[in-house]
Amino acid sequence: MRTIYILWLRQIKRYYRSKSRIIGSLGQPLLFLLAFGFGFGPIFQKAGQGNYLQFLTPGIIAMSIIFSAIFSGIEIIFDRQFGFLKETLAAPVSRVSIMIGRTLGGATVSTMQGLIVIGISMLVGFRFNSLLSLLLALLFMLLIALLFTALGTAIGSLMQDFHGFQLIVNFLIMPLYFLSGAIFPLQGLPKTLTTLATINPLSYGVDGLRGALLGTAHFGLLIDFSVLSGLSLIVIMIGAYLFSKVQI
Amino acid sequence: MNIIEAQNLTKRFGELVAVDSVSFGVEKGELFAFLGPNGAGKSTTIKMLTTLLTPTSGKITLNGYDPIENPDEVRHSFGIVFQDPSLDDELTAYENMDFHGVLYGIPRKERQVRIEQLLKFVELWDRKKDFVKHFSGGMKRRLEIARGLLHHPQILFLDEPTLGLDPQTRNHIWSYIKDLSEKEQMTIFFTTHYMQEAERVADRVAVIDHGVIVAQGTPDQLKQQTGAQSLEDAFLDLTGHAIREETADNWERVRRMRGVRR
Ligand SMILES: Nc1ncnc2c1ncn2[C@@H]1O[C@H](COP(=O)(O)OP(=O)(O)OP(=O)(O)O)[C@@H](O)[C@H]1O
Ligand SMILES: [Mg+2]
Repeated sequence: MRTIYILWLRQIKRYYRSKSRIIGSLGQPLLFLLAFGFGFGPIFQKAGQGNYLQFLTPGIIAMSIIFSAIFSGIEIIFDRQFGFLKETLAAPVSRVSIMIGRTLGGATVSTMQGLIVIGISMLVGFRFNSLLSLLLALLFMLLIALLFTALGTAIGSLMQDFHGFQLIVNFLIMPLYFLSGAIFPLQGLPKTLTTLATINPLSYGVDGLRGALLGTAHFGLLIDFSVLSGLSLIVIMIGAYLFSKVQI
Repeated sequence: MNIIEAQNLTKRFGELVAVDSVSFGVEKGELFAFLGPNGAGKSTTIKMLTTLLTPTSGKITLNGYDPIENPDEVRHSFGIVFQDPSLDDELTAYENMDFHGVLYGIPRKERQVRIEQLLKFVELWDRKKDFVKHFSGGMKRRLEIARGLLHHPQILFLDEPTLGLDPQTRNHIWSYIKDLSEKEQMTIFFTTHYMQEAERVADRVAVIDHGVIVAQGTPDQLKQQTGAQSLEDAFLDLTGHAIREETADNWERVRRMRGVRR
């Protein structure tokens, strides 16, 4: 327990000390909100789909969370390069608890990031249903964060350096994001897109957030919750296994 | 029974044989120096002994346990100061110490007392709230050593602990370590490139070159064996005077020797 706690604490400290990371990672969601939210708003409205900013915001929240989460997980590579990883790997504690501590820390940080995005989006006009929806959304934010931090940890355990990072952003994060229903509704899509969105775990995250905040879920909150938590568990186990095999 | 035992320990990185069928034993309470030129395989051996790297072949017993089969038991038996940096730059000196203390299960009260004592020992107590990223190389090194001494394991690995430290600090630290080893029957396994240091501190020495152990014994035995006046001369005798003298060609030679191995 104390291992999990101290590693969690370390992630939190590193987060709030890196002001530039916090500010930098908020620029992109803000840009998306303004450019897409207001740019596509009129068309969306004409197509009879309602307010696009309302629709888009949960997607943007999810985006900021997965970027932050995958990055937190992949931070292992930093630790490897700066040498700190050795310090944890040689310690008389189980590697599973190290991995879980890191993952919980990364997930907490990413959820906070998501909360800040909710705050920003409210400044530009977003409104959620009730306080209860916010609490429910928090649950989904945490699940998305957990899943993708664990995924980042698993990937980071396999990588020796940062050379592959761009690859992961371009071939994993971007496709996951754009094919998740974060920026367009999942109804009435071409068959291939529907299939891709259905097997994309992030779709359930975005859908859960939308369902929680606005009450308009496509798959249904229970399905979203089950898929996300089941998958998180699996990925955490895979990540823990890969992390336990890391060599220096 | 030896507290550290290695038999035919081998590590390959692709075609390169970094450690080549090495065997040695270290007794409990001993100060054991593992010496060798750059790239000889010292750090690689230490990584295998400390569960950080899996050997290609061979057998290790550490405090009675096999690092592959019982990594957790092995990790409970040792402490280590790494050759390369292993601090968290984004944390303060105190936080780095505290993090370590928690990981190694030192109770809070004791942790606070020891951290203060050790930070004062390495003269970093005034800087305890400073971020490590603002430290000089020597300060970081001192903090790494202080952190390594925070808990008192049965075996302490020190991979070039005094690298880059001034002579005053080096003496200071070695007398502390010697003392600790005597008081707590702690086994010390260390590497260094300062031969005077090894000669003064070590009970026994093993010399490794190109992954092979070329000599083992007390410093006196090695001196007798080579007819040298000092351990440094004995070391140069054993690991080849000639190679280290032609500085310009040194790299070329290393490269060629690697080429042959490939
Ligand atoms: N991860 C690795 N991959 C490939 N080669 C490696 C790796 N680690 C070490 N080596 C090689 O193994 C050999 C032994 O390296 P090692 O770090 O054990 O040397 P050393 O005796 O500690 O040297 P030094 O005194 O410079 O610290 C070197 O040739 C090195 O290049
Ligand atoms: Mg070395």
